[in-house]
Amino acid sequence: MTSAAPPYRYVGHSVLRREGADKVTGRAIYIDDRATPGCLHAKTLRSTIPAGRIRAIHFPPHIPWHEFTIADARDLAENVVALILDDQPVFCDGIVRHLHEPILVLAHPDHGKAEEAVRAIRVDYDEEPGVFDIGPGPVMKSYRIDHGEIDAAFAESDVVLEGTYQTGAQEHVYIEPNGFIAEWKNGVATLRGSLQCPYYVHKAVMRALGLPAEKVNVIQETTGGGFGGKEDFPSVLGIHAALLARKSGKTIRLMYNRNEDMASSTKRHPSRSLIRTGCTRDGKLLALDFEFLIDGGAYSTLSAVVLSRGILHGSGPYRWKAARLVGHCHFTNSPPYGAFRGFGAPQSQFAIELHLSRLADQLGIDPAELRRRNFLHRGDVLPTGQILAEDPNLEAMLDRALDISDYHEKRKKPRGGGSGVGVSATLHGTGFTGNGEVYLASKVAVEARADGKATILVASTEIGQGTETIFSQMVAEALGIPIGDVVFHRPETDRVPNSGPTVASRTCSVVGRLVQRAAEQLRDRLSGASIADHVRRHGVAREEAVYTPPPGLVWNEDSYRGSAYGAYSWAIMVAETTVDPVTRAPKVEAIWNTTDVGTIINPVLAIGQMEGGIAQAVGWATCEQVVLRKGAMANGQMTNYIIPTSADAPSIVVEFMENPYAEGAYGSKGVGELPMDGPASAIVAAINHAADAGLAHIPATPEDLLS
Amino acid sequence: MIASDLSAFECVVPATVEEALRQRAETPGLSPIAGGTEVMVLLNEAKLQGRKFQSLHRLAAEWRYVRPALDGGLLVGALATYTDLRHLDHVSKHHPLLVEAARATGALQIQNRATIAGNIVNGSPAADTVPALMVYDARLRLVRSGGERIVPLSEFYTGYRKSVLAPDELLAEIILPPADFISQYYRKVGTRAAQAISKVVLAAARRGPDVRLAWGSVAATTVRTRRTEQAIAGGATADEACEALRAEIKPLDDIRSTGAYRMGVACNLLREFMVGATT
Amino acid sequence: MIHTPIQFSLNGEKRSVAAHPMEPLLDVLRRECGATGTKYGCGEGECGACSVIINGELAMSCMIPACQAADATIETIEGLARDGELHPVQQAFLETGGAQCGICTPGMVLAAVQYIRHPERSPGGAAEALEGNLCRCTGYSAIFRAVELARSRMESA
Repeated sequence: MTSAAPPYRYVGHSVLRREGADKVTGRAIYIDDRATPGCLHAKTLRSTIPAGRIRAIHFPPHIPWHEFTIADARDLAENVVALILDDQPVFCDGIVRHLHEPILVLAHPDHGKAEEAVRAIRVDYDEEPGVFDIGPGPVMKSYRIDHGEIDAAFAESDVVLEGTYQTGAQEHVYIEPNGFIAEWKNGVATLRGSLQCPYYVHKAVMRALGLPAEKVNVIQETTGGGFGGKEDFPSVLGIHAALLARKSGKTIRLMYNRNEDMASSTKRHPSRSLIRTGCTRDGKLLALDFEFLIDGGAYSTLSAVVLSRGILHGSGPYRWKAARLVGHCHFTNSPPYGAFRGFGAPQSQFAIELHLSRLADQLGIDPAELRRRNFLHRGDVLPTGQILAEDPNLEAMLDRALDISDYHEKRKKPRGGGSGVGVSATLHGTGFTGNGEVYLASKVAVEARADGKATILVASTEIGQGTETIFSQMVAEALGIPIGDVVFHRPETDRVPNSGPTVASRTCSVVGRLVQRAAEQLRDRLSGASIADHVRRHGVAREEAVYTPPPGLVWNEDSYRGSAYGAYSWAIMVAETTVDPVTRAPKVEAIWNTTDVGTIINPVLAIGQMEGGIAQAVGWATCEQVVLRKGAMANGQMTNYIIPTSADAPSIVVEFMENPYAEGAYGSKGVGELPMDGPASAIVAAINHAADAGLAHIPATPEDLLS
Repeated sequence: MIASDLSAFECVVPATVEEALRQRAETPGLSPIAGGTEVMVLLNEAKLQGRKFQSLHRLAAEWRYVRPALDGGLLVGALATYTDLRHLDHVSKHHPLLVEAARATGALQIQNRATIAGNIVNGSPAADTVPALMVYDARLRLVRSGGERIVPLSEFYTGYRKSVLAPDELLAEIILPPADFISQYYRKVGTRAAQAISKVVLAAARRGPDVRLAWGSVAATTVRTRRTEQAIAGGATADEACEALRAEIKPLDDIRSTGAYRMGVACNLLREFMVGATT
Repeated sequence: MIHTPIQFSLNGEKRSVAAHPMEPLLDVLRRECGATGTKYGCGEGECGACSVIINGELAMSCMIPACQAADATIETIEGLARDGELHPVQQAFLETGGAQCGICTPGMVLAAVQYIRHPERSPGGAAEALEGNLCRCTGYSAIFRAVELARSRMESA
């Protein structure tokens, strides 16, 4: 059940990406690659004001409107994008709450004509003032965690330090924009799309169009990047496309170009953290008072869960005598913010980690040493009351990271001398928070086929992170068959059970564990016979596994106390940064990372997750700035929203220290989001060292450093 | 995935320069397209009104060249690409700022298609090669059906994206006199290390009292700051030169950067140039 | 405007398509030629997902109007593997994890192939040769490893 490196044939090896040959040859089919002869091209009409009411919509007479299919709120069974609180309409219900809010959709056989038509429509508004800061608008959600006696802990502190830390929005820039194809035939809507969560789209289309489950089939096409940006947002496209397909009877193509995608899609929540800490003179952390504020945009979507994850990680991998973490998410008139790798934890941990680096400087203690003196150990109590069951061994990870980065030598460089180093320590809970996994009740299936192969049936999608490969490895391992005899079925809702969304660092560890169990059940059922023999004698065999929580994992959602996650992954990041004396541009030279994500199922893929996540965090920390005008992204072009090129890439060194988790697939824990949590604070600490600055926000830009 | 309705656009493809100029004389409003790296972006994003294009690509036989001039200068044909400029020995030897400007532009794919002439005619104040061309006192051969004229680059721009180029004219050739400087300097400050639009660009050169400073992205057009040049030629210190510069340019805020940053970095670039160019 | 016939060679085969002269070559390849391996990522010439090799030079097909592709020799990702065997660069991308979601991969592989064919065009090395190809998944490290691996194998072959 656990790894501890037994002689595995597949698990632990860098098995080649199963769909990789298709990807490197250009044979892989992404949504826009699908030919749809005779289709209609769809386009969305969006609001040009951030707040107010629609007075009238004018369709200019020079356009032959009879050639178009047009759909709006009146065509829906329910004007809702079903997700959690169901407060987001598919189309403006007369009231506009953010810029680029969809008003209607139209379709035409000629793509250019559809574009022209949307540009030609004129909308009259009664504009109202909008809210664009975190705070003036109403509170969408609040959470509070209390631990110990906070006032007493501050009273006994020698040193109290306050700070405010801010993080900007971040755009995913998956290189493949959002897109969907919808068909309507015999009362059934078939949808193909670039997406992470087929069942989210399925539920949303059912509700909006008023269809029963069996009348909607959602198929995931090869997806060119997601990072959370294709978690809930594709539901909007799915509904739009399905609606037009039903109304026109034709196949609908809805493909966003880059500008539209950047302007209208979800982004990482901007945040503001107010932290006050109390500690002893020699750096023992006593009291943490953390107010965590995020901008949720106009509708709730996933914000409550982002807020939750944020404050649950705000105390970092440290022991605190007392802590009070309060989170508020505020409505604004921005397009709704959404999931982005890390999901609140990068924001809160940017704040606490930068704060601790500042605190270290104030105390005259090395920032790495300050952390070492306060690391969590097995048996320590987290602010929600969870008793940590695993031993993070952060000291060993820190030692190794400081060694390979030559940290102490770099610390000696003069402040303001143009070169600096920073360190961070972070954690990331595996899987859905609290009772989330119980609520999801994920189910997977493994089937034995007549041709002797085993099929994996899950709703978990391959979006580049390696789902198809690691699940194939697990099944081949459990069944003792060649991996070439394992088939990963394309996730489509007609065929696969609902194993939950592809998010929250749950796919490998949580869903993988179910895949492992189902495969082991099948192995037991085969009793040594080959698949082909068994099927010949008994017919096709199907084994299912449904999520059950690990024993002893108890969470109370009302009191917000208990064990939020069954396991945590851990990371130390050391960042080296230079600041150019002429341009004041910060450059991340290198990142060294030691990390524990439990058993490594596939080293090349796991390294890929860490390197890729670190690179995204480097962008978030330095060059990626979402310029907001009227609450929405004004620089929605690849020319003006800057992500790193190969010429900007820092060198990244990743080392794993495997500490297996008994309840995770083959001992694995979550890996996808952890690399996002630590680099930004280490980078800013390094920049502050290099430039003798006191930056407390990201992105940290040359403009900030030249004054 | 193009957002324009292509039915609003036409295109002619002349086979020779003569044919191209005749077309321009007969058809007003023909929009020339060379490398396409500017026009196609606008077309993809539906930022252009319907029009008739004139693709110049077949004129490469006559206009794609980079060759030394008899006087030791350089003749750059209108359809020479950035890549053409980068790897020629006589360019890097005598007009190295052009090589640096070409290398600092976009990426390999852009450099392979984009033309120097397009960079000039497009008229963006962020053009990467124009500051280098201005320091070299480039002259432009503008041709029309039945005639031609030579216009100094310094007199070419009349305002933001506006020039003296007449609707029936094409830029045929860029003429560079011999470059005889003691020190030369080019630096582009962009939003990242590649594929970056500039925040500030400085091309500079000096030989004794001959000081030349040409700036991109700090004004409505690429500009020479002649008062600052004279101050330096007259022996100004770096601080004094910066003061002169602050009086001469007033860069603005935009979506990529701030006026304050641009001004501050411009001064730093000037200092860096002056440290290396003592004569 | 009438779509005019345009001829070019695509991966060694003569093709003739009817296209609007200003239609981006990217769209011509994907729609008319069924060569969907070349991808749309931005339409601005920033991401490089649409990269092709045209007349021996790497270029962004989203920025080439169809009329300028007349009589050109075009190589796309589909032409790289020979007789079902992967090109060494493709094989290397597989082994090092240089392809994750795969959408940047066709353009990135062509850029890498072009770099190995003509290293003198990128004095700044692989980091310069690939700077016109954005990747959001890998952070480029595994891609650099793939280029190095392919190059060393091709040199010793």
